[in-house]
Amino acid sequence: MSQKVKDASIPTIPFKARFSRWFGRNLLRIYMVFGFTYLFIPVAYTFAFSFNDSGKSNLIWKGFTLRNWQNPCGAPEVCSALSNSIKIGLIATTFATILGTMIAFAIGRYAFKGRSASNLLIFLPMATPEIVLGASLLSLFLVFKINPGFWPTVIAHVMFCISFVVVTVKARIASLDPRLEQAAMDLYANELETFKRVTLPLVAPGIAGAALLAFSLSFDDFIITNFNSGTVTTFPKFIYVAAARGIPAQANVIGSSMFFLALILVIAGQLVNRKKTR
Amino acid sequence: MSLPKVRVPYLLLFPGFAFLFTFFILPIINLAQTSTQTPVKNGDTGQYEQTFAFSNYVNAFVDNKEQFARSFVFATISTLLALAIAYPLAYAIAFKSGKFKNILLVLVVAPFFTSFLLRTIAWKQILGEEGFVVPGLRSLHIISQQTTLTSTSFAVVAGMTYNFLPFMTLPLYASLERIDPRTIEAAGDLYANGITAFRRVTMPLSLPGVVAGTLLTFIPAAGDYVNAAILGSPTSKMVGNVIESRYFKIVDYPTAAALSFTLMAAILVLVTLYIRKAGTEELV
Repeated sequence: MSQKVKDASIPTIPFKARFSRWFGRNLLRIYMVFGFTYLFIPVAYTFAFSFNDSGKSNLIWKGFTLRNWQNPCGAPEVCSALSNSIKIGLIATTFATILGTMIAFAIGRYAFKGRSASNLLIFLPMATPEIVLGASLLSLFLVFKINPGFWPTVIAHVMFCISFVVVTVKARIASLDPRLEQAAMDLYANELETFKRVTLPLVAPGIAGAALLAFSLSFDDFIITNFNSGTVTTFPKFIYVAAARGIPAQANVIGSSMFFLALILVIAGQLVNRKKTR
Repeated sequence: MSLPKVRVPYLLLFPGFAFLFTFFILPIINLAQTSTQTPVKNGDTGQYEQTFAFSNYVNAFVDNKEQFARSFVFATISTLLALAIAYPLAYAIAFKSGKFKNILLVLVVAPFFTSFLLRTIAWKQILGEEGFVVPGLRSLHIISQQTTLTSTSFAVVAGMTYNFLPFMTLPLYASLERIDPRTIEAAGDLYANGITAFRRVTMPLSLPGVVAGTLLTFIPAAGDYVNAAILGSPTSKMVGNVIESRYFKIVDYPTAAALSFTLMAAILVLVTLYIRKAGTEELV
């Protein structure tokens, strides 16, 4: 039936429709160029001004120099802020990934009482504005006379990263073919072995993606960090404070490096994946 | 297995949920308590006692209703703008990019990795007096000599639209990519033209992505204060700016807590209504 309809329609596409389809396709291409230009304008600006021979305030173009790239720690505090961000990011990512993956397996793999309530508890932190998360956690720390600082920031980051890990890993678990695990069981693997040798390797890319997401969320977080970090300076906090008196070009160097590093990592990961699937 | 099977999910949930309970639920409860406190008489600044002063909510809202309204108006406009910009982009990546699909997808997320503060400040400088846009537009007489682009509500909305764009693009892409192209072909076979096919097939099928994307954009946008602080002026302050300054500059915790709680409640109500209306069963 559908075959018949299709055959009948092929030669009757009028020229006007073909033209509009062609135009539509290219219109979208042109649109894509504009869209990506828009996305990358500030990145390009940041990169360009990392070569500015600017002195203290990096506002006006004063000439090309490689000095900022040769000495990225040249500005006071910029590298200690960066190292704080990396430390907090790594610790928070580790904990959030472990806790979140466990929850994802529970929700994704089991039918149990309270499953929809669990889904709600995972959704709520994502539906709460960051400023409320940050402010409420700070109030709690103040009640218990805990001073804001490094570890309160780590705790805050774990808290808001868990939900994102759960959602990412859960999606991966949901896309697994249950027959693969059944096959392992048919081949006399017990549950633990099946999990270790079939389920976990299959979910691993999802976990890796979740960890990358958690790290980038933690690394770039400003609002929650600003509430809970006290005197500890992270990279975004450094930029925010420095913005008032002019950001040193070294911050642009670090921002640009992070961009290229992430780009290389993601593209390398995709190449590895492509090789595996071949 | 030595464990009874029914316990397994609960054991898996326990550590994470214990953590979320302590550092998410408890703080929210504590925030609710703080919101009805009043200053201790003859106490130091920052000392408060529980008096169940629900009038805090009324005062906080009445004093800051402009900022509240601004938060929701700005967030709504930038969500709609982001949807309008991101939909064709996600559509193009999903259907028209061929073998470049993965690379283009990476490029959508890539600006994320340059700190969002750096990018926001970059916009401030590009659109500012020393940037190339304002003098250019002025010399072309598109804007008057006095018009500035930064320190305006326009700049705040533009900044939010830009910053939350990937949150909109990714879920849109995910739902568009899942559409079987044969369903769109089928619409064409049934004599639907491009627009009808899009309106009756593609768009309804991408609705889950629209819902997810608008939520992921609207929620952080409504609570944002960084864009308003960097790109705005004192007359474009949002409720987030008020909460921030109540906490850090004035040490008025009850008002900050009442504002936070009202903001969260308003967002939750809107989100629930929206999800109901959109008819999406799956929350996340």
